[in-house]
Amino acid sequence: MIHLERRRAASRFWTLAVPVVAVLATMLAGAGLFAALGKPPAEALRMIFWDPLLGPNAEYFRGQLLVKAGPLILIACGLAVGFRAGIWNIGAEGQYIVGALSGAAVALALWPAESPLIFPTMVLAGALGGWAWAMIPAFLKTRFGTSEILVSLMLVYVAQNLLAYMAFGPMKNPQGFGFPGSRNLQQYPSAHNAELIAGSGLHWGVVAALLAVIGTHLLMSRHLLGFRIRVAGEAPRAARFAGVSPARLIRFCLGLSGALAGVAGMFEVAGPSGQITDSFNANYGFTAIIVAFLGRLNPWGILAAGLLMALTYIGGDLAQLMLGLPAAAIQAFQGMLLFFLLAFDLLTQYRIRWKGART
Amino acid sequence: MKRRTFLSTTAALGALSLGLPGLAQAQEPLKVGFIYVGPVGDMGWSYQHEQGRQAIEAEFGDRVQTTYMESVPEGPDAERALTQLALAGNSLIFATSFGYMDAVMNVAAKFPNVKFEHATGYKRAENVATYDARFYEGRAIQGTIAGRMTKTNKIGYIGSFPIPEVVQGINAAFIHARKVNPAVEMKVVWAYTWFDPAKEADAAAALIAEGCDVVMQHTDSTAPQAKAQEAGNVITFGQASDMSAFAPMPRVGSTIDDWAPYYIERVGKMLDGTWTSDATWGGIGSGMVGIGEITSAVPAEVKAEALAMADAIGKGEYHPFTGPLNKQDGTPWLAAGETPDDGQLAGLDFYVEGITAELPK
Repeated sequence: MIHLERRRAASRFWTLAVPVVAVLATMLAGAGLFAALGKPPAEALRMIFWDPLLGPNAEYFRGQLLVKAGPLILIACGLAVGFRAGIWNIGAEGQYIVGALSGAAVALALWPAESPLIFPTMVLAGALGGWAWAMIPAFLKTRFGTSEILVSLMLVYVAQNLLAYMAFGPMKNPQGFGFPGSRNLQQYPSAHNAELIAGSGLHWGVVAALLAVIGTHLLMSRHLLGFRIRVAGEAPRAARFAGVSPARLIRFCLGLSGALAGVAGMFEVAGPSGQITDSFNANYGFTAIIVAFLGRLNPWGILAAGLLMALTYIGGDLAQLMLGLPAAAIQAFQGMLLFFLLAFDLLTQYRIRWKGART
Repeated sequence: MKRRTFLSTTAALGALSLGLPGLAQAQEPLKVGFIYVGPVGDMGWSYQHEQGRQAIEAEFGDRVQTTYMESVPEGPDAERALTQLALAGNSLIFATSFGYMDAVMNVAAKFPNVKFEHATGYKRAENVATYDARFYEGRAIQGTIAGRMTKTNKIGYIGSFPIPEVVQGINAAFIHARKVNPAVEMKVVWAYTWFDPAKEADAAAALIAEGCDVVMQHTDSTAPQAKAQEAGNVITFGQASDMSAFAPMPRVGSTIDDWAPYYIERVGKMLDGTWTSDATWGGIGSGMVGIGEITSAVPAEVKAEALAMADAIGKGEYHPFTGPLNKQDGTPWLAAGETPDDGQLAGLDFYVEGITAELPK
């Protein structure tokens, strides 16, 4: 018989080992899935994890890795701070959309004026938009005690409808022959979040993601506020006795994660995406939740996890293309990663005992 | 071996702009790539494009090699998918959703030797052609059948997005329903999706609850068909694919997007070196729009009337938008006998007179 025995303290070894084990387990189970679909499993895994980095045309894919990982890391850093404090912002997807809309609104309002001030203003607007959208669940929680999980999640759907409304209404390109979608910001030099080095995939959003990693690291390990956040998450009562105001903490954590998600959306719409369209959001806000947990809510972990997640997207596309794997198999593969992560997480809090119950 | 040379030639990223090295090698099959916005099993839009891809394989056999990527979201992911297809040596790439437009233009600029075909878009280049179908021709026939068969005189229409293609369809259906039945009213529900069975089912249920006994859809799932089947006395039309599983009731006819003839023609042109960038807008005449089998639930004389109209449209004798027609606000649009040019239709953003619904702006 297997018994679970609660550990007195979380295992340090398993805390670090679980993500690695989860990735390995995903590879194994994924190999089984691909084999069951009649595709060569080893080749599929090589295409997902190896080819985008070092295979043919890897120069292109490595750049795309940054493009895909940038927003994930940026959003996940903000989410991780809140998750550490036990404040669950599940609506980063909505904050990402509103940030993109706010940034694009600045650019579209000023079009076709050219000025070096336009892009920084867009960044500010993006942060403000995401922040404001996250302040809704923060206000409702501090004032009426509503669940920030539900409110922030539901606001994603509101944001999606707002996005569709904007793409078909006020932000529609007047020169677009009545078709939906805004002007393409890639064709507006002052607003374009272009690659800093051509072909590298490196744009301001990627730079911001790296700054967010460093900033989160400093906040959580060097700053009093970071200490308070950790205490609030691990021992809420103790935190209150230590003079931490729960309301302020909620506003700070939701506001920070909202602002970072908003900025991520703004960099995306001004750069790789270029356009406000009804399908602009690509689930970055939800995927970032997986990234945050896969990275153990640690900024450096998130950096690695974001890159790994991006790898499964780009490699997954490659496997689909070269081996004819169905898109759903790739999605199931990515889902398994979170599944195994949560499953193996048990080992950090519990130890497994074998007991001969009946001898 | 080929991969090796490929790697070295693209070693510098600048080489991306030089296009594809592998192309010059003769004897190799022509590589043709597709990206689909939905899964190939959606039984609607992407499914029909997949049928077209399979038709290419069947037609040309060893001379072509096709690959596809499904469920590719519009935006940066599409740009990456298109680049991947180009890097993998495809020399003709079909991008089968409107939202891929700017991604196609960006990638086409980087790969001048690769030809791109973009469905339903309006931007073209030396190596980018566009193609689209005159779905409104099928709607005219649906409108005729609907106008003859409705008992409640209420026709429901599930719109996807208020874009010209959809507005054309609503207008064409309404004009022809009114023509045979002056008491007909049209109710439009916007689903704001191309494919979402749950939303489409809700929209159909709402229309049926309002007394509509005809439900037309410009969305791709069979959910509205299932709702109509439950209701029993409601008729529907297959959209994008034939949806014949719901025949003879509720599905009494359909508008089928048949891309196969066009795809075969374009691949043929690639093979004999005569491909040029064109804007194709095919209809019943060229076979791009099919109307499916009109079932036994439709009275024989109505069926004959519908088939005669399809025949006239196919031969170019009749245009579904023939004046006199006024705009919704009563201002004149087309004089008696006048027909709109394609440019005007492609930007259609108003309802015709008689539709009481408001077009979202």
